[in-house]
Amino acid sequence: MNIHEYQAKDLMKKFGIKVLGGQVAHTVDEAVEAAKKLDSNVWVVKAQIHAGGRGKAGGVKVAKSLEEVKEHATNILGKVLVTHQTGPEGKEVKKLLIEEGCDIDHEYYVGLVLDRGTGKVVFMASSEGGVEIEKVAEETPEKIHKVFIDPAVGYTSYVGRRLGYAMGMKGDVLKKCNKFLEGLYNLYIDSDCTAAEINPLVTTKDGEVLALDAKLNFDANAMFRHPDIDALKDLNEESEKEVEAAKYGLSYIELDGNIGCLVNGAGLAMATMDIIKLHGGTPANFLDVGGGATKETVEKGFSIILSDPNVKAILVNIFGGIMKCDIIAEGVLAAAKSVDLKVPLVVRLEGTNVAMGRKILDESDLEIITASDFRDAAMKVCEAVKSQEA
Amino acid sequence: MSILINRDTKLITIGFTGKQGTYHSLQSRDYGTNFVGGVTPGKGGMTHEGFPVFNSIHEAIEKTDANAAMIFVPPPFAADSILECIDAELPLVVCITEGIPILDMVKVKSALKGSKTKMIGPNCPGLITPGECKIGIMPGHIHMPPQEGGKSVGVISRSGTLTYEAVYQLTEREIGQSTCVGIGGDPVGGLNFIDTLKLFEADPDTDAVIMIGEIGGNAEVDAGRWIKENMSKPVVSFIAGASAPPGKRMGHAGAIISGGDDTAEAKFAILEECGVAIARSPAELGERVEEVLKSRS
Repeated sequence: MNIHEYQAKDLMKKFGIKVLGGQVAHTVDEAVEAAKKLDSNVWVVKAQIHAGGRGKAGGVKVAKSLEEVKEHATNILGKVLVTHQTGPEGKEVKKLLIEEGCDIDHEYYVGLVLDRGTGKVVFMASSEGGVEIEKVAEETPEKIHKVFIDPAVGYTSYVGRRLGYAMGMKGDVLKKCNKFLEGLYNLYIDSDCTAAEINPLVTTKDGEVLALDAKLNFDANAMFRHPDIDALKDLNEESEKEVEAAKYGLSYIELDGNIGCLVNGAGLAMATMDIIKLHGGTPANFLDVGGGATKETVEKGFSIILSDPNVKAILVNIFGGIMKCDIIAEGVLAAAKSVDLKVPLVVRLEGTNVAMGRKILDESDLEIITASDFRDAAMKVCEAVKSQEA
Repeated sequence: MSILINRDTKLITIGFTGKQGTYHSLQSRDYGTNFVGGVTPGKGGMTHEGFPVFNSIHEAIEKTDANAAMIFVPPPFAADSILECIDAELPLVVCITEGIPILDMVKVKSALKGSKTKMIGPNCPGLITPGECKIGIMPGHIHMPPQEGGKSVGVISRSGTLTYEAVYQLTEREIGQSTCVGIGGDPVGGLNFIDTLKLFEADPDTDAVIMIGEIGGNAEVDAGRWIKENMSKPVVSFIAGASAPPGKRMGHAGAIISGGDDTAEAKFAILEECGVAIARSPAELGERVEEVLKSRS
């Protein structure tokens, strides 16, 4: 789960991390009012979307007067920003953060992520901040310094010293940086983050250590113990269909192909997309109906798949374990009837109660293409799409 | 022979009296597993479906001699149950629960180090030694024990239903399975590919192994390098998610491409370099196994 920069900074303040004064604005007037309230003569107008690379896309502008604040706010609000993280469709800017300016001495990068292999938290730091860290990692990996922290031990002062010295800091700045890193680590653990990135962390000409930007990701599975953070979720930033699907316990991700997929289990759902591609088709979505699907959730799955106008055929691939094939078959029939199915439907059933499931499909008056196995299913659905194009 | 579980395994279920716990415990019993009871705090002393219920894992072990537990506790409390099993020195814990916070599992992983407990999962279908013992939610009937004079294959997978698909392809070809282990789809868990491969390498009755991976993380790459150095038995592998876009979590918490070496393409390439037989299509797993078994016999 993601939150906006201004929300991340509010949370960071609670952990003793220094950020610049700033206020969120939803309109141009609010932006100017926010700037007036800040004790500064330079402001930064920043688009609030859940994606990095905003600066390059024109979503971050420096203003030297209130007129310029107004001008930038007018330009950025409502604009669709396309960055390397938004996808080609981009994201519309609905909120701005108006922040005071500062006199930057140097830009650094710090980040926290989990190392899956060891189950430890990795603190990464680099003196090359303010640029794409992926590029630094690729071109000059020696400039990224890492310390692994065992959460059973927690943060101790040497972590900050090692990283601080490695980044070339010393004296008072190093001490301030150590405090900053400790605060960030505590935030990461206490708030169940999955990633925390500050790019850039800056030192200022007057010796301060500040977070100029902030990106926090949270573990959705842990939000039951953080209702305050969960409340920061911005549904505008999430796909409407994905949110709708989640309400029914379905895991749905829209893709750009034309074969709709309805599968049980995440691994099998991915493998179904893969095999469609291998046979020359393109999947329109990832859809895992989960282990506890009912007739109703299968129906819902169908209506979400069909709300994508690109879908030219549907493949249902179910390997019944907990899920029984006869229940799926009934769900498929009910769904096909209620949504008035107009595209070819290929169904492959296997596993628990498969004979009953196949019988239900065979005896229905619906035109269903049944497949004998996984490969047969992929070939038949790709064929069904091709025959429409011919 | 088999790995981890066999007909001598004595199973208890944590979260036994819940709907899922009850259903799958009875399914395991019906399959032939030596199921001996369950734990639900507050319900100790009760009899549920003819089996004793205990308040604590320590008590259950003392009274039943159990050496394996299957966990169906809801996500907020599941890590606590695993930690209790570790404290009780239970040899094997299988955690089926999906949706446990990652940092809870980080604590569990730390507690597992140096302990007497092996853990499978979480967010997994469990494991099965066909014909002997089933711990988990997989459909038992698709599996086949090794046949007299026939070959036998071990299966390790991060996915549930995709494992069933692989097993089904083996059974269709009358290739028996020694043990099938679903290690789970979460980023931090118990036994990994290498731990499980070691067990299969040492098992005299496993002739080959199927390893089913996914995008995200580098567990498959590490496994490939280990196989190259240490494994004498043939390994067949499929990686799910070749068609997945980067940055999107594909259902499993662990299945997300975060850049670099964790795409399906990169994993296929490294595994191939390490001498693993690759199935580019998930429908080819059975065929690949047949090929490697023939070429080695």
